[in-house]
Amino acid sequence: MSLLTANNLSLAFGGVHAVDDVSFSVNKGEVFSIIGPNGAGKTTLFNLISRLYDTSAGSIHFNGQDISQVPTHRIAELGIARTFQNTELFEQETVLRNLLIGQHVHRRTNLLQEFLFLPSARQQELRFRKDVEDVIDLLDLQHYRHQVIANLPYGVRKMVEVARALCIKPSLLLLDEPSSGLNPEETEDLSFQIEDINQELGTTIIMVEHDMNLVSRTSTRVMALADGKLVAVGSPAEIQQHPEVLKAYLGE
Amino acid sequence: MRFIKKTHYNQDIQLFKHRGQLFWYGALGVALLLFPLVLSEFYLGELSLVFIYAIAGIGLMLLTGYTGLVSLGHAAFLAIGAYTHAYLLAQGWPFPVSLICATLLSSLVGAIIGIPALRMTGIYLAVATLAFAIIVEQVLSHWVSVTGGFRGMAVELPSIGSLSLDDSIAFYFLCLFVLTCCLFLAMNLLRTSTGRAMTAIRDSEISAQSMGIHLAYTKTLAFGISAGFTGLAGSLLAHKIGYLAPDSFTLLTSIQLLLMVVVGGLGSLHGVIYGALFIGLLPQALALLRDTLPPVLAQIPGLEPGIFGLILVLVLIYEPQGIYGRWLKIRNYFEEFPLYRKATHKRQRSYLRTERLK
Repeated sequence: MSLLTANNLSLAFGGVHAVDDVSFSVNKGEVFSIIGPNGAGKTTLFNLISRLYDTSAGSIHFNGQDISQVPTHRIAELGIARTFQNTELFEQETVLRNLLIGQHVHRRTNLLQEFLFLPSARQQELRFRKDVEDVIDLLDLQHYRHQVIANLPYGVRKMVEVARALCIKPSLLLLDEPSSGLNPEETEDLSFQIEDINQELGTTIIMVEHDMNLVSRTSTRVMALADGKLVAVGSPAEIQQHPEVLKAYLGE
Repeated sequence: MRFIKKTHYNQDIQLFKHRGQLFWYGALGVALLLFPLVLSEFYLGELSLVFIYAIAGIGLMLLTGYTGLVSLGHAAFLAIGAYTHAYLLAQGWPFPVSLICATLLSSLVGAIIGIPALRMTGIYLAVATLAFAIIVEQVLSHWVSVTGGFRGMAVELPSIGSLSLDDSIAFYFLCLFVLTCCLFLAMNLLRTSTGRAMTAIRDSEISAQSMGIHLAYTKTLAFGISAGFTGLAGSLLAHKIGYLAPDSFTLLTSIQLLLMVVVGGLGSLHGVIYGALFIGLLPQALALLRDTLPPVLAQIPGLEPGIFGLILVLVLIYEPQGIYGRWLKIRNYFEEFPLYRKATHKRQRSYLRTERLK
């Protein structure tokens, strides 16, 4: 059962074909990794799915709905959450407030209720907080709850960003290089946490990743990209042996 | 040091986090209520002005300190509020209705200005809002049938029904009441989704979008709310100055408003109050100081604006987080008293950077 399907997806910046005629589909419940050398178009693909870029050609279907024309801010409501390669957190806010911002899509109050802080607004705040605490427990962020992001080490920020994405309660989670900048121990923790998110919450995950160790431990399937083109899709073991993939990384 | 045992999420939501806070704010409230018994009319008038500045400051703080959008044109909203209120009063509308209409109209104009401003940030937005303020100033000078042009227009005395609010004590309480209401509304907004969406936009537009925040809507809303508060301050200011003319709302007023939120401390409502006290009372304090100086010094022309400017520059260099930032450090020092570490608040960057603005 496929959750996300991309058909002949292309994006060109002038003469540069960042993504060139890529088709793939991601099944419900999978951990789907995207690998490829620098400049292969992995992050661009993410930006297409999360609608930060408009596609030049092709379409993306999520849950059977064509999302290639949906406005950017509606993507989260549909159930797609993402993290960023170099973390894009709300730097001047505490971890707690960052996660509460992640709950934005679930708000049911109007401006009047918020201005007067009517009981409905208070109930909503309490509900948000409870959901945020669940995510904090899942990812072990209790220590950092009231700390401002700007004071946190990089590894923690990365986890906070994953936590913030989970607050959307997404059915599809896009992780852009979750292990970059993490030490081996943190990377190990990360692989368990990815499994937890995938199995306990049932969230489908698409992950751009360079660490093949992490990829083969967590992924159901792997897609290799090079120069914006799809090279191969298959199980982690298949991809690591695939001659075209080796050629893309190492040259002829 | 104070340790608070938390047993319910409500404790993080409440406006007063613990009993100590409640006590001190209560004491401040009682003091403010008792001031009319002790202070002379002149000082009550000055305090009313501080309250009015603070109301306008809340508006600008929501926009600049929390949403990260700079405005150099907020005097225009002050003017729209003031003129609308004065005009409606002259047409015989009751005071509260006129006050609310002036607020709503400023808010509407603010939201409309917000729409073209959506694509601009930083210096471009500052210039665009500046242009808007100049346009409003011109309209005020030339729309004679409504504004009286350069001749200006008189503002009717404030009264609710038969109750006159004209004397300085009544007006003081009116301003205090409106300020309290505005603070309450602003604090509520900031602890709910919309307020958080605004801070999200300030810190990262790209991830705000990915969190499902509608950028255009939220920015327009921020502009509208900000202009509403400032317009409300404007209608009170109309009574304070008694006679409106286009030159009551110049570029200088806009700059003063912006300085107020910067000096007070961007990104905090406390900062608004400190900034308003600074802008409102410092000129008087300097005038008093001048009386005590020896005649040679006291007769230097332009002494007050000079000292005013000097203090501003010193604040910006040595305390970019404003008066409120300094207060937090002082409080931290006493809370950790024997264990205070000198480097806690040491700034790592040697250059000036406004982290709260884009």
